[in-house]
Amino acid sequence: MSGHHSTAGMDPNHIGHAGGSGPPSHAARAAGSKRVIAGYGFWIFLLSDIIMFAAFFASYAVLTDATAKGPSGRDLFDLHGVAWETACLLLSSFTSGIATIGVWARRKSWFYGGMAVTFVLGATFLGLELREFTSLVARDAGPSRSAFLSAFFTLVGCHGLHVTAGLLWLLTMMAQVWAKGFRPDILRRVLCFSLFWHALDIVWVALFSVVYLMGAGR
Amino acid sequence: MFGKLSWAAVPLDQPIPMIASGVVALGIFGVMALVVLKGWLPYLWREWITSVDHKRIGVMYTLLAMVMLLRGFSDAILMRSQQALAFQSPGYLPPEHYDQIFSAHGTLMIFFVAMPFVIGLMNFVVPLQLGARDVAFPTLNSVSFWLTATGALLVNISLVVGEFARTGWLPYPPLSEIAYSPGVGVDYYLWALQISGVGTLLSGVNLVTTVLKIHAPGMTYMRMPMFCWTTLASNLLIVAAFPILTATLAMLLLDRYLGFHFFTNEAGGNVMMFMNLIWAWGHPEVYILILPAFGIFSEIIPTFSGKPLFGYRSMVAATMVICILAFMVWLHHFFTMGAGADVNGIFAVTTMIIAVPTGVKVFNWLFTMFGGRIVYSVPMLWSLGFIVTFVIGGMTGVLLAVPPADFVLHNSLFLVAHFHNVIIGGVLFGSFAGYTYWFPKAFGFRLHDRLGRAAFWFWIVGFYLAFMPLYVLGLMGMTRRMQHYDVPEWHPWLIAAAAGAALILCGIMLQVAQLVVSIRHRESLRDETGDPWNGRSLEWATSSPPPAFNFAILPNVEGEDAYWGIKQHARDQAHSNEEPEYEDIEMPANTPTGVICAFFATFMGFALIWHIWWLVIVGGIGAYATFVVFAWRNETEYKIDADEVAKIDRAHRRAIRAHSDAALASS
Amino acid sequence: MSEHARQADIAPGDEPIDDREIAKGVRGYLIGLGLATLLTVVSFVVAGTGWVWAPSIPIALAVLAVAQMGVHLVFFLHITTGPDNVNNVMALAFGVLIVFLVIAGSLWIVSHLNQNMLPMDQIMQMQR
Repeated sequence: MSGHHSTAGMDPNHIGHAGGSGPPSHAARAAGSKRVIAGYGFWIFLLSDIIMFAAFFASYAVLTDATAKGPSGRDLFDLHGVAWETACLLLSSFTSGIATIGVWARRKSWFYGGMAVTFVLGATFLGLELREFTSLVARDAGPSRSAFLSAFFTLVGCHGLHVTAGLLWLLTMMAQVWAKGFRPDILRRVLCFSLFWHALDIVWVALFSVVYLMGAGR
Repeated sequence: MFGKLSWAAVPLDQPIPMIASGVVALGIFGVMALVVLKGWLPYLWREWITSVDHKRIGVMYTLLAMVMLLRGFSDAILMRSQQALAFQSPGYLPPEHYDQIFSAHGTLMIFFVAMPFVIGLMNFVVPLQLGARDVAFPTLNSVSFWLTATGALLVNISLVVGEFARTGWLPYPPLSEIAYSPGVGVDYYLWALQISGVGTLLSGVNLVTTVLKIHAPGMTYMRMPMFCWTTLASNLLIVAAFPILTATLAMLLLDRYLGFHFFTNEAGGNVMMFMNLIWAWGHPEVYILILPAFGIFSEIIPTFSGKPLFGYRSMVAATMVICILAFMVWLHHFFTMGAGADVNGIFAVTTMIIAVPTGVKVFNWLFTMFGGRIVYSVPMLWSLGFIVTFVIGGMTGVLLAVPPADFVLHNSLFLVAHFHNVIIGGVLFGSFAGYTYWFPKAFGFRLHDRLGRAAFWFWIVGFYLAFMPLYVLGLMGMTRRMQHYDVPEWHPWLIAAAAGAALILCGIMLQVAQLVVSIRHRESLRDETGDPWNGRSLEWATSSPPPAFNFAILPNVEGEDAYWGIKQHARDQAHSNEEPEYEDIEMPANTPTGVICAFFATFMGFALIWHIWWLVIVGGIGAYATFVVFAWRNETEYKIDADEVAKIDRAHRRAIRAHSDAALASS
Repeated sequence: MSEHARQADIAPGDEPIDDREIAKGVRGYLIGLGLATLLTVVSFVVAGTGWVWAPSIPIALAVLAVAQMGVHLVFFLHITTGPDNVNNVMALAFGVLIVFLVIAGSLWIVSHLNQNMLPMDQIMQMQR
């Protein structure tokens, strides 16, 4: 980290029109710099979010054998449903990428299309997850059955809550672009949203590998 | 309709909390009446409550910390007097009340005194030191502050409505589970910390981004003042540690609210997982608090020694090493809880290793003073008091890091003495030093000197009298959190400790008097030049208080020498006779987003504590709507005209010239 | 300082390509999707069939998961090793270190505690 002279010679202080020694295209530069700051800040936030998931993963790993003579992952997990969930989320990562390209190219049709498909895929994922949860509870394998199931529901449910928040955010962003167009501050928010969505997919990779695939194999 | 809430929640039959809350309520209403009657409300709303200026938010954080210090200290007085009186007698505080007091004391002092104090100082100082106009995300900064205030408010509401946790400042299960703590006390604790924790996390994100991404031209990383480095390390730790706290408290909440089994005795729950996770946050937390204090001393000691900081690069390295090692020692908080020798051994070794970079820092401060022309100002007194006190606290800490010794001393008053020794001697002395040092920068006048000295001496003598006896008591076998006892040998030491607390009370009263007297005599204490201490970093290159935009012209930082030269250069740039070309400056516009969001969060937290589900939904929707309204704004910045900038900067230049002319004339 | 080092940072998630190179952008996402799909399918096959020696399955799954996270980081989040990405990568490395410490530390510590102490429900039974 040290010694990396990242911003020397630029006008890093985006707000400072007076400080730069650069060419007159201040506005363009200031916008680019603000984008870097917003993106970096959100990147730091995402890392903190992933550390929160790490705490839930740690609890799950510690409690995975604490089934209290109840069902274990091997008895409960339906890999078929998980495969569909995985497919939905992975495709939605791709379509949110398409929406991002729509933003680069300033093509609203790509943006709306990409975001709409992302929403449908995310909602389908949530629906599948809810179906799994309700069927578990119906089979007397709800979160208060054992410590293992508490940890399972919390870890997977926390990811599901993130997806729910992401869907709400997605709709808000579509509404904002519709109402205000590709304004620089809205573009920064779209950047943050796509980071968020991709990060959720990364968390899901850890989830299906550690919880479902390893759990079903025990 | 109102969930678990009923009139029975108000403890009308208990005189102490009712009188205390009555006094607090009178105080709040008195202040509010004064504000409304004097017509200050519009000003407060416009200039402070909705402000996104990092300086104003920093001041409000510090003010919150100082008010909560009064609350937390009154708890301390209650505990010390109870223990002084409760020799072979029940004292005057019933056990269930005493348990709430020590829990509230710890919670308030860590989360709502120490944290807002250091975050406030970082917020105020760091953008100025970097030569920036504001932090990376000014509105988010306001949200962070108000969410922290929400947490503090909830803890204080528990005084009147319901009860507070009786579990200690960390709610260890199974005691904190619903089976053993069925009341709302633990819920107050949990929701207050969850809400303020979000604020702390966001402020960590904000300050990390600020230090890494926003600098004056030429302010490279290795030219940053030490305080910026410790801010970076401390906030990296916030970003990495607070999510663990959030997750751990969420698990306890799920246990309590929805019958999960993370930490229960039944169905495979694992109590040790709570200890493990809470300390995986808790140990980095102590470095989150102490690193900014280290940074403050690294600013003050060079200034009042008239020398650059000794070993700047080793100081940077030590800071970043502590930042990593802070995450490798957490087990030493539960050596006695059943891990094997190799686990205990490895964590003992890492704990001793982390003392090394801290020792490097102490030697650097000593060598900075060595051969310097030391000015014994009030900030310097706090710094010297810190070095002596913190070395003692650090050594008892290394003693506790030896597992066999820890088996003897664990849970005793020796431990209580140790962590007060480092937190008061380190964090609080550092905060007071920084408060005195940067006060003139914030308000344009210095704090009264002699009252400050008197407060320091009462504090430090009171500290030693209050806490050295606790070391002795710990070695005599007295455990912490005792409501009464019948060992005659302990009694005199506890009376001495109570006398120490009384001396600290005098110190606090002198600090209040210092503030009042300084405000009344502000004309004679005025800081005309913006550089009252002959400081060494960029914040002293602008006026006191700085204009909203901090620097009329962003300083151009050149040269590798530690920041004295940077400041001189910036001052020369700013004050040379030829005027620069002023340009318009755009600054982020104030917004009530933060305070409205916290308003909804307060209701949401209160509703969650009392199971008022409709209000939870209303609060959640309100908070979301607040953000959407904020995101829909078209005007996010306001412009300060070049003429206005020029006017402000010329006044500052005139003041500097008048001052240097006067100095020349008198010499 | 060389001109090269003066290059400004870029935001994580941004790709430093020209606005008009849409095809290139789409191609990047397509490659990412293809690789991620491949790795996912292999993971499910490894876990669901007996083709891999059973005790090695958790390790194989972990390796595949880490590889897929790498694919996501490179092709979807556009994290590179370039000089404009140093801050992003440093932050990521710090986060990964903490994630590792928390998970590995918790597992190690609690397995020790479980070995040395009776499980809580048994302690409760003894007290009855």
